[in-house]
Amino acid sequence: MNNAAILIIDDEAQIRRLLEITLESNSFKVESAETAKDGLRIAANHPPDLIILDLGLPDENGHSVLKKLREWYTKPIIILSVQSSEEDIVKALYNGANDYLVKPFRTGELLARIRSALRSAANEENNPLVDAGDLQIDLAARTVKKKNEIVKLTATEYKLISLLAQHEGKVLTHQYLLREIWGPGYINQSQYLRVFIAQLRKKVETDANRPEHILTESGVGYRFIAKE
Amino acid sequence: MCSIWLYMLQRLTKVSKPSQFLISIALVILSAAGCYLMSGYVDYKVVAFILLLTVSLIAIVFDIIPVLVAASLSALIWNFFFIEPKFTFHVGTAEDGFLFLMYFVIALINAVLTNRVRKIEKQVREKEEKEKMVRLYNTLLNSLSHELKTPIATIVGATDNLLSGSSKLSEENKLELVENISVASLRLNQQVENLLSMSRLESGFIQPKKDWTDINELVYDVVHRLEQQLKNHPLHINIDEKLPFYKLDYGLVEQVLYNLLYNAAIYTPEYGEIFLTAKNNTDKVYRMDTSSAEHSVLKKESNTLVIIIEDRGPGFPLSEIEKVFDKFYRLDNTKTGGTGLGLSIVKGFTEAHNGSVTLENVPHGARFTIEIPAETSYINNLNNE
Repeated sequence: MNNAAILIIDDEAQIRRLLEITLESNSFKVESAETAKDGLRIAANHPPDLIILDLGLPDENGHSVLKKLREWYTKPIIILSVQSSEEDIVKALYNGANDYLVKPFRTGELLARIRSALRSAANEENNPLVDAGDLQIDLAARTVKKKNEIVKLTATEYKLISLLAQHEGKVLTHQYLLREIWGPGYINQSQYLRVFIAQLRKKVETDANRPEHILTESGVGYRFIAKE
Repeated sequence: MCSIWLYMLQRLTKVSKPSQFLISIALVILSAAGCYLMSGYVDYKVVAFILLLTVSLIAIVFDIIPVLVAASLSALIWNFFFIEPKFTFHVGTAEDGFLFLMYFVIALINAVLTNRVRKIEKQVREKEEKEKMVRLYNTLLNSLSHELKTPIATIVGATDNLLSGSSKLSEENKLELVENISVASLRLNQQVENLLSMSRLESGFIQPKKDWTDINELVYDVVHRLEQQLKNHPLHINIDEKLPFYKLDYGLVEQVLYNLLYNAAIYTPEYGEIFLTAKNNTDKVYRMDTSSAEHSVLKKESNTLVIIIEDRGPGFPLSEIEKVFDKFYRLDNTKTGGTGLGLSIVKGFTEAHNGSVTLENVPHGARFTIEIPAETSYINNLNNE
């Protein structure tokens, strides 16, 4: 996973340099582009393992660059943007971004997100076991164990946690979760989601009020975190 | 009393142009008619004074042109109905002719002068308001430049030190400088966030994006984000177990709670307790059922989310309580680190939900009460599917 090649598309020289230093010192291979045009060209010529994309590029709207990349590029894309509005984040996730970080960001957080995105990209085909420390989710056996004891879950609760765990580290939007679990007619029935998240946290978290695995992304969705 | 008069005057000056004409003409005709009915008892010279008084009163509130119309009309009416020979515009004696001419001139001067006085008054008022704005703006700039420049100064100073490559700097000192830079940049970011929130509020751009919200989740989310600031303050959270879900903007209400808890943690002594209570208030409106006298029917039920945050600190000086929600307001001698925007953002975001925020002093502290009327769903209290 280390030595993974990362492409940075950002027009701010200082941010590019900061990212290069941070990533290279964590033994990633880094290439960077200043414009959408350069970024798309480099991505096509040497497809990287992960792309970090800024939404505010001078020559093209970041959302449209994201859509163009997603026409053929299947590996993780992490958005880095000063735009912090929930609409913007939801839109980018809908257009296929794996994650979204708002500037200013903490480099530790960025590295964690990159590793998590690379890990889940590598895990996609195999490994039915999601190991989250005291919590184990076996997607093949359809069981959830907490401290080695089976947690009794309803069918919906299981669907929810397995969906979140399969996309470990990635934000899943409210709309996405509602559509996948309840169906397209339930996209606006977010109260169902709230109920099941609360129930699930009571069953799988050590302290439901201080969740360590099922995290809230304010106004956007939920994220499953495996570590700890 | 005086203020009621002023208020009425202000209301009257805002009457539309066409109505001003109608009202002026009606007033002149009314007082003339009154005088005419009394003409057996009142001399026509006294009538002139009554009409002049009417025109002067009109001049106090209305624009120049309706007043001029009223002045001319009253002169003509006086001539036609009251000066001998009556019901002609003919003036009998030279003395009456002179009186009529004087009446006309005095009425016009009256109208023009009153109007000029009003104009000057308006200019003075505008100037005063402008000066008030400038003063407010200056306070704003002072407070802002201080709050923004302090962290910038820290960053510039610390980086200069590090870049100078001075060998006297111990590893320990270097680390401290870097930590200072980190704290200062986070503080700078917080200030910018506040300014952005404020400008969103000022532009009237805030449209709450309401969605079902689990208050429990929201409260603990905020508490989690403030872990660092709250670590020396015992926090007692009391959320009603039967609290429904509310349809509100998660991000905005999160910011409201964040700012209030942040203040409670920063501006009260260490180890001072903080109490957070969340409950529901239901207002039921009944309608009498006409078919049976004994039963009233529930017409409308409205729910309000009530969140109370109480601290054990010095409270607020009574004279300042009304001002704390004003923009850029800061208590004297408070710690640095605020732009005085936090509480006005609280107020703005709460009001964007048609809610209200109040502050009162309680024994040993201050209490903020947030009330947000919202749609509710009790689906969370149903059993598992």
